[in-house]
Amino acid sequence: MTTLHLRVGFMPLVDCALVVLAKDEGFAEAEGLHLELVREVSWSNLRDKLNVRLFDAAHMLGPAAIAATLGIGGVKAPMAAPLALNRDGAAITLSLRRFEELSRLADGDLSDPAVSARALAAMVARRKAAGLPPLTFAAVFGFSTHIYLLGEWLENAGLRLGEDIRFEVVPPPQTVEALASGRIDGFCAGAPWNSAAVAAGVGAMVHASVDLRRNCHDKVLAWRADDVQRRASAVTKLGKAILKASDWACRLENVPRMAQHLSAPDRLALPVALIENILRGDLIQGAGRPPRSIAPFVRFDREALRPDPDDADWVLADMQRAGQVAATPQMREIARGVFLPAYFESISSTDRNQPKI
Amino acid sequence: MVPNLRILIVDANQVRAAIIEEGLREAGYQQLVRLSATTGLVAAIETHDPDVVVIDLEDPSRDALADMFLVSRHVRRPITMFVDQSDSASIEAAVEAGVSAYIVDGLKKERMQAILQTCISRFNAFRKLREELEEARSQLDDRKTIDRAKGIVMRLKGLSEDEAYALMRRTAMNEKRKLVDIARSLITAAEMLK
Repeated sequence: MTTLHLRVGFMPLVDCALVVLAKDEGFAEAEGLHLELVREVSWSNLRDKLNVRLFDAAHMLGPAAIAATLGIGGVKAPMAAPLALNRDGAAITLSLRRFEELSRLADGDLSDPAVSARALAAMVARRKAAGLPPLTFAAVFGFSTHIYLLGEWLENAGLRLGEDIRFEVVPPPQTVEALASGRIDGFCAGAPWNSAAVAAGVGAMVHASVDLRRNCHDKVLAWRADDVQRRASAVTKLGKAILKASDWACRLENVPRMAQHLSAPDRLALPVALIENILRGDLIQGAGRPPRSIAPFVRFDREALRPDPDDADWVLADMQRAGQVAATPQMREIARGVFLPAYFESISSTDRNQPKI
Repeated sequence: MVPNLRILIVDANQVRAAIIEEGLREAGYQQLVRLSATTGLVAAIETHDPDVVVIDLEDPSRDALADMFLVSRHVRRPITMFVDQSDSASIEAAVEAGVSAYIVDGLKKERMQAILQTCISRFNAFRKLREELEEARSQLDDRKTIDRAKGIVMRLKGLSEDEAYALMRRTAMNEKRKLVDIARSLITAAEMLK
C-alpha cells in the first residue's frame, strides 16, 4: 500500500485530540496515511492555508467553516465537514476579582446561569453609575461557539455583548495572560484554557458550556469543499482513522496516554496532569471551590462526531443574533451543506464492517 | 502617481519589518508605521488610523484584527481583509509568502495590488536571505569542524596539513560518507580517548 502524505493544521486545544491520536496511536498509518500535524497560531491561518492547499484538512471551528463557506469576514473558501471532532468542552472564566464581585452580587445559586447573569448585570450597572470603563470579555474567534455562548449567557439578564460589555478576540493560548494582566475581565474558550487560568491562580470558572447548551456543536474536521469529492479516498481514510481514535479515546484506561500525547511540546505544551484532569472530567474551578465533575466534559464519542446540518441552523441564528449576518434561505441551504452526515454514515458503516483485528 | 496611503506594518521580526518598510518606501509610499508588539493592536490602529495593515501570517493577533472589521466596535473606519476573489494566484502567493493585508473599506483594489506585490516579494526575499544565511553559517561550521579534525590527524599521525586533509578525504570517499561526518567522528573519538 502506498502511503499518502496529508498535512493537517490544528490549534492547541484539547478538542484537537482525535487528530493527534490518529497520528500518535497509529490509526492513520493503518489506513495508509502519513499525517503531518502543524500547530497554528490563528483560526484565520487555518482557514487561509486550507484554502490555498498548504493544508489538506484542518481542525476548525464549525461556525468559522460556515463563515468561510459563505465568504463572511474574509476570503470565500467553501469548506465541508465529513465529521465533527468533538462536542461540548467550553467554559466561561472570570478574573478572580470579578468572580468575587459576582459572588457578592448574586441573589441565589451562582451555578444557575440566570442568577450569575443577573449578578453580572448588577456589576455592569454599578460600573456605569460609578463612571468606570465597561467590562471586557473575550472569545477565541469572531465566528465561534464561544462568542455565541457568551451572548446567550448575557441574554439571561438582557445584556448585549459588544454594547453593555466590550468584546475582544484573544487566541486560546493568550487568554491566561490577558486575564492576568487585566486586559480582559473574562473569557469563553475551549479546554484546557479555563483550567489553565484557574491553575495559574488568575481566574475562576463560572459556567461550563453544558450549563448553557447541552450537546453543543464545536470543532469539525474541515476539508476544501471541492476536495471532498475529488479526494474521496483520502477523506475516507482520515475519517476512518479519526473514528478509530474516537473509540480509543472513549476507553478510560487510555486517558493517561491521551493526556501524554496532548501535552507534548509540539501539541499543547502544557502539564500532563492538567490535561488528564480535564479528560477525566475533574474541572478545577478556583476561588476556593472544590473541583466540579462533568464526565465527559469534552465529548469524543462517535455520536458526537456526526455532523448535523441542524447545527448549521443554530450557527446562522447565532450569527444573526450577534449582528454578523442577515441570513437568507439561500445562505441557510449553503450553511447546512457544510455538514455532511451522509458522508459520515458511509465512513462509519464501512469502518464497522471491517473485521476486528 | 503613488497614492498617499498610511500603511501599518505589524511584524515581530524587526529585520523583516525594516525590509518591508524599505520596499514600500522605494515604491513611493511615505506614511509608514512599524509595530512589533502583538498586543495593543486595536489601540495602535485607533492611534495611527491606517488605510492598510500588513501583518505577518504567523502573528497570533490576526484573529483579533479579523474581528475588528466584523463588527466595527472599536475602530472608526471599517477594515477588511484584502482579497481579490478574482485573483486566486495572489491570494496563494501571499499565504505562501506568509503575509496578509487588511484594508480600509472602499479602497480600490488596484491600489492595493502594488502594495501586496511589494510585501510578497519582500517577504520572499527575506526568507531567501535567511536561508542563505543559515546555509553560510552551516558551511562555516562544517569548515571549522573539518579544520579541528585535521589538526587532530596531524598531531596524532605526524602528518602535514595537506596529507591529513588527503587522508580524511580518501576515508570519506571509501566509506561513501561526507567529509564533515568523518571529521565529526574523529573529534568524538579523540574526545573519548583523551
